Amino acid sequence: MIRHLWLVTAFAVAGAALPARAQDAELSQLREELKRLQQRIEDLERRSNAERPEKAERKEKDGTRRTGESAFNPGISLILQGTVARSSLDPETYAISGFAPSGGEVGPAPRGFGLGESELVVSGNIDPYFRGHFVAALTPEDEVEVEEAYVQTLALGQGFTLKGGRFLSGIGYQNEIHQHAWDFQDAPLPYKAFLGGRLNDDAVQLRWVAPTELFFELGTELGRGRAFPDTQRARNGAASWSLFGHLGGDVGAEGAWRAGLSYLRAEPRERAFEDADTLGEAVAQSFSGRSRLWIADVVVKWPKLKLQGEYFVRRERGALAYDDSAQAVPQFGTAFEGAYASRQSGWYAQAVYEFMPRWRAGWRYDRLRHGSVSNAIVDDGLGPTANDFPLLLTAHNPSRSTFMVDWSPTEFSRLRLQLASDRSRAGLTDRQALIQYIHSLGAHGAHRF
Amino acid sequence: MGKLIAGWLFLGIFLAATPVRAALNVFACTPEWGALAQELGGERVRIYTATTALQDPHRIEARPSLIARARSADLMVCTGAELEAGWLPLVQQQSGNARIQAGQPGYFEAVSAVSLIEKPDSLDRAQGDVHAAGNPHLHLAPRNVALVASALAERMASLDERDGPYFRERAAAFLERWRQATARWESDGAKLKGMAVVVHHRDLAYLVAWLGLKEAGALEPKPGLPPSTAHLAQLLASTQRQPVEAIVRSAYSDPRPSAWLAERSGIPAVVLPYTVGGTPAAGDLFKLFDDTLARLLEVNR
Repeated sequence: MIRHLWLVTAFAVAGAALPARAQDAELSQLREELKRLQQRIEDLERRSNAERPEKAERKEKDGTRRTGESAFNPGISLILQGTVARSSLDPETYAISGFAPSGGEVGPAPRGFGLGESELVVSGNIDPYFRGHFVAALTPEDEVEVEEAYVQTLALGQGFTLKGGRFLSGIGYQNEIHQHAWDFQDAPLPYKAFLGGRLNDDAVQLRWVAPTELFFELGTELGRGRAFPDTQRARNGAASWSLFGHLGGDVGAEGAWRAGLSYLRAEPRERAFEDADTLGEAVAQSFSGRSRLWIADVVVKWPKLKLQGEYFVRRERGALAYDDSAQAVPQFGTAFEGAYASRQSGWYAQAVYEFMPRWRAGWRYDRLRHGSVSNAIVDDGLGPTANDFPLLLTAHNPSRSTFMVDWSPTEFSRLRLQLASDRSRAGLTDRQALIQYIHSLGAHGAHRF
Repeated sequence: MGKLIAGWLFLGIFLAATPVRAALNVFACTPEWGALAQELGGERVRIYTATTALQDPHRIEARPSLIARARSADLMVCTGAELEAGWLPLVQQQSGNARIQAGQPGYFEAVSAVSLIEKPDSLDRAQGDVHAAGNPHLHLAPRNVALVASALAERMASLDERDGPYFRERAAAFLERWRQATARWESDGAKLKGMAVVVHHRDLAYLVAWLGLKEAGALEPKPGLPPSTAHLAQLLASTQRQPVEAIVRSAYSDPRPSAWLAERSGIPAVVLPYTVGGTPAAGDLFKLFDDTLARLLEVNR
């Protein structure tokens, strides 16, 4: 444009400098030319002005379209947590009397300062058909665990979703919720006793949501059975399977509820654990057979109040092995095997109330029923007696009550005080107190209902 | 295993009994988009609105009824720009509905039709609940509603070709009424230009910009953080230095901070509907703006 201006100026100067004797015709020709050029400049100016804001606007719009897990990078978030805890009994000796140890990380928080699991979460849509999700837990023991690593379909339609990989199983209610989103620092007793804290198998899951206004969902999983209540072994096909169904809806304008029923079936082989015999010496025991678990769950939520409860029943039938031959001076020195059957149950109920913005208080009560256990090794009367099975045969109904209050400055950070009176161990009460922090940074993760 | 097969067989029968859809099933994330889809779709759409005006749009949960409704939706109309990030992705993933996944024609984001304001220069959660794409509360400027209406009508028409002409016709009629109403609001609202207000949250930013109000402070120290006593005291001091005509908040916000400041400063606290249904008078999109203006004009007098 500047070039054009120069041209015009040049013409203007030229026009002004024209000798007076220049002919009229020549002058008018020049004026004509000048006018034409001026017109052209105006046109150009108008066009470039019209173009410029349009371009700017388009750029801005493109910017707004890059939303969500933008620019092809998956959403990444990191969860940091830790505790300061004290307990009247040593967490290292934690066991639930009357129940076979589940082998999971079920003990209370370590005494003193303790780092929790740091979780690294990476998730995003893979393509229009699949979504991927990955959670690695870095444990305070400097180990890395793959907590979840699964792909899930997006485009099956008709209400179907297929998921494959390692994931938190859909059975029960709390099982599918990540530990950092729990309302208490640790899992309820029935989860500890029957699922080793939670079930996350290597499995495939198929879910179907009914086309109804009332939420109705059915799901099934076929899994490897890599952990309690199953045992991992070389086998073609699935080792454990489960079925679950959920119903849900609204309560008035503000509330919502969900209820579910789940069934898990496993066939553990030589599920080994250690117990102490009458003399307090270590004994190897193992169970092989069939384990069936039923869970009924219900959750009701209002904006400030959340009520949650689950009931578990487990039946196990099979054979129990008892072997003290590894001891220096064994009592029997030989392995015993006998039929074993049990029917045990447990439940918990909890309420969490937001008593002022950012502050919540909660109370939970858990209870396990030792139920009926028959052990042929003891019944035969030829070898070990009931006293040699303190874990399995102590007729103790463990219970615990827990109180917590937490403060969440934002949805990304939370500080919690938790007090518990834990009667997991027969005849002993463990008084626990802890302060926990949970912080998440990075992508804004959505939380399950 | 036999039980398993029987279970899935039962499912198959259930599926076969799925009702044939008659109208376009619209799942609206927020009341304003539900109301807009109703204006455009008339009786040929069935609308489910996931949230109410009295619920904080930032604090919605992926509750079971939302998953059930999303399951059968043909079109999901949401705001986007991470406003629904806390619950919508889960609803989409769990619904088992391929039509409404992000990137599909059945998922419509209002931000796709509008340029957002307040795009943060830097993204840091230390600044509070910032949205990377800009301020997502875009419906409180009439021009934005018109832009979204045109885009949404086109989307509805592309999804339901049979009713396409009907939707386009209704959109044209709506836009004409909207143009007239906008002119009326702008002439009525001209008096409000320069009116100094203290806002609760950044959710009224588009309204403030459209009416040319002057924002003299916010009750929230940072977006998404609840007002602290220290911050309110600071705000109280600043209102004594510069005249403020009103403390405005949306219907869903906590009433206590604005009541606290109003009581001590003598400045009237005004509740704005924020979206359709936020006040008894704000029954549809037109009445939403009518009521919003009426409430502001009342204190401006």
